[in-house]
Parts: sequence; C-alpha cells; structure tokens
Amino acid sequence: MENKETSRRNFLATALLAGVAAGCIPNKNPFEGYAEDVKASGEKVKLLSVNGEVIEIDKAFLKPVPDLPPVSNIEARRGIAGKKFVMVIDLSRCKNVKACQTACNHMHSVHPTQNWIKVLEMQDADKTAPYWEPTTCMHCDEPPCVKVCPVDATFKRQDGIVLIDSDRCIGCRFCMAACPYSTRVFNWEEPVLTKEVAEKDYSCETSMPQKKGTVGKCDFCPDMTRRGELPHCVSACPNGVFMFGDMIQDSVTNGAETFRFSELIKDKAGYRLMEDLGTKPSVYYLPPVNRNFPFESGLDNVIEDDKKFKSN
Amino acid sequence: MNNSNTLTSEQITSDLLPQKFGSRGMIWTGILVLICAIGAYAYYRQLRYGLVVTNMRDYVSWGIYISNFVFFVAISLVGSLITAILRLADVHWATPLTRIAEIIAVSAIVFASLIIIVDMGRPERFYNLLLHGRLQSPIIWDVVVISTYFLISLLLLYFPLLPDLKIMINFKEKTGNALHKLYRFQGSFWKGTAEQFKISEKSINILCIIIIPVAFCIHTVTSWLFATTYRPGWDSTNFGAYFISGAFLVGSGAVVVAMYVFRRYYHLEKYITELHFEKMGKVVVLLALLYLYFNVNEYLVPAFKMKKPEEAHLDELFTGEYAPLFWFAIMIGMIIPIFILIFKKGRKPLPMFIAGIMVVVGAWFKRYLIVTPTLLHPFLPMHDVPTSYHHYFPSWEEWAIAMGSLAGALLVITFFARIYPIIPIHETIIENEKPAHQE
Repeated sequence: MENKETSRRNFLATALLAGVAAGCIPNKNPFEGYAEDVKASGEKVKLLSVNGEVIEIDKAFLKPVPDLPPVSNIEARRGIAGKKFVMVIDLSRCKNVKACQTACNHMHSVHPTQNWIKVLEMQDADKTAPYWEPTTCMHCDEPPCVKVCPVDATFKRQDGIVLIDSDRCIGCRFCMAACPYSTRVFNWEEPVLTKEVAEKDYSCETSMPQKKGTVGKCDFCPDMTRRGELPHCVSACPNGVFMFGDMIQDSVTNGAETFRFSELIKDKAGYRLMEDLGTKPSVYYLPPVNRNFPFESGLDNVIEDDKKFKSN
Repeated sequence: MNNSNTLTSEQITSDLLPQKFGSRGMIWTGILVLICAIGAYAYYRQLRYGLVVTNMRDYVSWGIYISNFVFFVAISLVGSLITAILRLADVHWATPLTRIAEIIAVSAIVFASLIIIVDMGRPERFYNLLLHGRLQSPIIWDVVVISTYFLISLLLLYFPLLPDLKIMINFKEKTGNALHKLYRFQGSFWKGTAEQFKISEKSINILCIIIIPVAFCIHTVTSWLFATTYRPGWDSTNFGAYFISGAFLVGSGAVVVAMYVFRRYYHLEKYITELHFEKMGKVVVLLALLYLYFNVNEYLVPAFKMKKPEEAHLDELFTGEYAPLFWFAIMIGMIIPIFILIFKKGRKPLPMFIAGIMVVVGAWFKRYLIVTPTLLHPFLPMHDVPTSYHHYFPSWEEWAIAMGSLAGALLVITFFARIYPIIPIHETIIENEKPAHQE
C-alpha cells in the first residue's frame, strides 16, 4: 500500500513534469499566473521534453496534481483501444502464499468472508498430483455472465475485460448462476469501507466503492492498467506466479520477468480451464510441472484460513 | 350436471351469489393476514439490512425465493389448462371450474412477480429492466411473457364475469353498497344484448387460443433461467417440457384442493359434483404419470452415465443430504397420488382432496430441490469461504417471506370468492337450460 502510493505519486510527478516540459516551448511561460511567489529551491531535476531535449528545472516549480481525472462511464464501458489483456498463471510456482488474495482484498475492500481471488486445493483424481490453483475472473471471450445479464450491468470491453457496473446492477444474481468458474460474489450487506474509500466516486474500472445488493468480482484492475501498472495480485505475488500483459503486443510480465506470450504458452504447454464449455477464457494456466515448491509447503496456510473465517 | 333439471335459475343465482365470511372464514382470513404481516416485517428487515438476512451466500445464490417463484409460475399454468385447453376441446364439464382455475392463475402470477422482486438485491432499480433491458437475456423474456400472461389471464377472468356482474347488480340489498358500487364500476356497461354476447364470446375464444402458447412460454422461459447455464442438474434439453408437465400437475392439484374447500364451505354440492372430482381425478393421474415420465428422463439418464460433475449432485439427491427430501417429493408429489387416483374409489372428494394436497406440497419441495442442491455442486471446489457457505437452510426471514407470499396468494383467492361468485352463475344457468346433455 505504502509503496503503491509512493509509486503513484512518482508517476503523477512524472506526468506533470512531462506536461511542464511540453509547455517549455520558447516564448511561453507555463508558470505564468501562479509561479511568481514560488522561490527556487536550488534543487534541480532533469526532464525529457516532448521534443526529445533534456531540460533542467527547479523542483520548487513542480506542483502536484490531485488525481488523474476519473474515466467516464462510457469510456470505462468501451475499454482501452488496441489492447487485449491476458493473464498467465504458472501453477509450478504457486505455494498457496495468498499474497495475491490479501492484496486484492485490501485494494478492493472485499468483504472479510469473501475473496475475488481464490487459491484452490486441487487434485483431479485419486492418483494424480495435488496442486494449488489460483483463480481470478477468467474474462471470457464468450462470457456466460454477460449473456444472461438482463440490464447490461456486466459487459465485455474491447480490451477483453469483463466488468460490472454496480450503479446499474439490479442484484438478480443470474450471472452468478451462469458463471461456471464460481468467480462472482455478492454484496449481501452494506460493504465495510474506510471513510476514504466510501467517499470516492464510483467507477466500474476501480469497482470501488462497492455497493450493497450488487455483484462483485475480479476486474483485472483496469485502473492500474490504464496507468501502465500491473494488477495488484501480479505485483503482490512473491513467487511471480501471475503474468499479465497484452496479447496484441504478445508479451506478459510478472514485474521481474517478461515473456513472449505465445512462446511461453507453447514452451510450457499452457491451457485454459473448462475449454469444453466454449467460454474462451483470457486466463491461461501453465501446468504444475518442475515445481519450485512441494505441494505440502502450502498446507500451513490452509489452517490459517479456517481461523480467519472462524473469528468472523 | 347430475341434478340439473331440478334446478331453477333463481335457485342457482341465490346458491352461487357470494356470501359473507362466517366465523371460520374470519379466522381463516385473520390467519392469512397475520402470516402476510410477518412476511412484510421480514421483508422490511431485508430491505434495511440487505439480503444478508437470508441464508443465501455466494455459492447458494438462489434459495427458496426462486424456488417459490418457480412454484407460483407453475401453479398459474392451470388457468390455461382448465379455461383454454378444455374449452377449445369442447369439454363442458369443466365450466364450473374455470373461475377457480383462473383466479388461482391470476393470484399466483401476481405473487410470482412479487417474489422475484423480493429476491432482487436492488429492487428499487427495477426500472433498469425497461431502461437498459437486453433482449438477449432470458430474464427479459420472462418479464415479457409473464406480463403478457397476467394480462390475458386477467381478461379471461373478467370477460366471463360480465354477465354475472349484471346479475349481482340486481341484488343490491344482499351485496351491500360498497360492493354494489364496485360491480357497477366494473360491469354497468354490460347490457347482455346478443351483440355483446357475440363480441364477448369471440374475445374469449381468441384469448383462449393466444393464452396456450403464452402459457407454454412462461414456464419454458422459467425453466431456461436454469437450463441456459452449465450447471449439473440444470444443463438439460429436457427442462422446458419437464417444467410444463410439472406445472400442469401442481395446478390441477391446486384446483382439486380449491374445489373441495369451496364445495364444503359454500355448500356447492349441486354444482361441484362427484362427477367433477371423478373427471379431475383422471386429469391429475394422467398429469402425474406424465410428470413421472419426465422425472425418469431427468434423473435416470444422467445417473446412467454419472459424469463427474453430475455425480456429486445426483449422489446428494439419491443417497446424500437431500435424499429424504428428494424421495419425499417424488413419493408424495407423484407416486402416492397416482396410487390413490388410479382407483375409482380414490376419485371421491375426500381422497382427492388429500391427493391434491400431496401433489401441491410435493411440488413445492420439488422446486426447492431443482434450485438449491445444484448450486452446492459447482465445477470448481468450494474453497476459501467460511464453512457456512457450503450449506443452505433458509433463515426465518426467508421462510416468513415465502410463507407470506403463499398466504398472500390464498388471501387474494379468498377475497375474490367473497366478492365474486366462484362458480360462474350465468354459464351454469345456460348449461342448466340446455335441453339434452351430451355427457
């Protein structure tokens, strides 16, 4: 959280500086009107202007902007042009740490008894090997949830993301019945929100603040993506299990490593869940072979879980 | 009708005019109002605290509200069966039963709509269905066909009532001022001219023809709310026909129960005769056999293959947690009524009444078994949720609301029978005056 905030501030500062730099065309003073009473601190920062020139500017002239303007509902429904988001989950790296889940729950103020990301303890048959399988929303290309929604409250965007508009959802829960991955959760009661979150304007890109009587689920963090950052689960995972990227650019990254998506899927024999249903998920899995950790190393965390729910 | 020749029009009219509640009627109405009031209070709590007052959670996201909805839609189909199908088939013995069937249909469809609103997380956004409705969604199909069915059923209740309203307007001193005003408001334009009868007859015929496909639509679409998903137990091409056959069965069961109650309470032995029970008994036994046939299809074929996702679901129904309820519903909803009604002795009023109750109760639990156990067997294991999410038993608020809706439907029927003749007076007189009976 701390880190996130800092990196976000850095990002904003950079964005502002770029704007300042763009303004530094001869004969125009961008600081006109408000910069007179700012005293130069003597500390200089180097910036790259849009013309490609490196310029130096006093730090005192930088002014933080409160926030990027929120994306309009129409824009949020349309999605980011020229993108097709994809996630790869490498089962050979997962040991049920659940840092993904914790980060996701925290960043989206998910109800304490609910999770958008689940880490399932899987074993396909008696004699087959057990493994840990994190599940997110699959952001299907043929989404059963979108098909059944009576009011277009859940929708598929051009960048492949399936989102929910909690201002429109009527709470019929048909999408929950339709989703074969059981990914959707419902706000059965008034969500528990911090004051800061509760006061935010709702956006379907942040899925925040959530609303009583509406459906919620993993949203692939499009607000982060719009800023060129990774979804919270991806950056939170200490083992690099999640790789996120753009199928058109054919690249996915977990922050530390970057792969060519098509090669990764080819080399590691990637697959999708319940291919036979024809839902065409955007989440690919790499099989749990040559594992980094034994399956048993994740078992400790399961017991913790029961405690967590029992205390509630 | 058996003793029709001994009846005069005056006697028929005075026998069939709506009567004031007796003490038993008052107690009955009082109990129903009380149940409704408890349901209303439970709904107030639900509105205030959210659906968290129910025991539905993320896996069992549909509970008894939805199964109650399916039950109401099912029972409402009987209106089309008794009124339309039998009328078009020129079956005259069913004439005294048409109004009973039609008021059951109308009140059931009203409460089906109400209970579906109760199930919504954001009922105040109902208008979104009109504002942002997606024609691709089966819910929109349901909204369209249910409102159409409601309208046609209401007209099928109203048009045959017009000649009776004219009769009742003449009995001002008996009916009281308020009801007199209501009758005049609803029916004073009806003069009973040959022209009016011709128009009415024609309209009823047209409505009877339209209502049959609409009735098939409402229950087929309701079945598609389940069958359009992938889930084991719902993913079936059999579902539309399975639901419709079950619907006709429960509706006919309800008509039998209502026949018995009205006959006893209003002393209508001359109008609802043993012959009617005999005939309705045959209808119910036929429908029960039909529904049993669809059940065999629905459970035995997947059980033969035992595909992995189906296996957990079927095991739970046949031998697991839901087995007692499952076999109870099958036995009491189909098998035992079949054994009662297949014999001539079983088609007497009292055994018919018992069989009718069995059919209706069995059908209510059957709907519950169709909706809930499936949701407890998702494709991926239930994980990372509290253990309470792995089970479902309705909370008191859910029971109160569901029972309140059932009581509400009965209340509508009760008040209807208080205000209007439950056996059509005019049609009974016409049938009575017919010189020869083909029956």
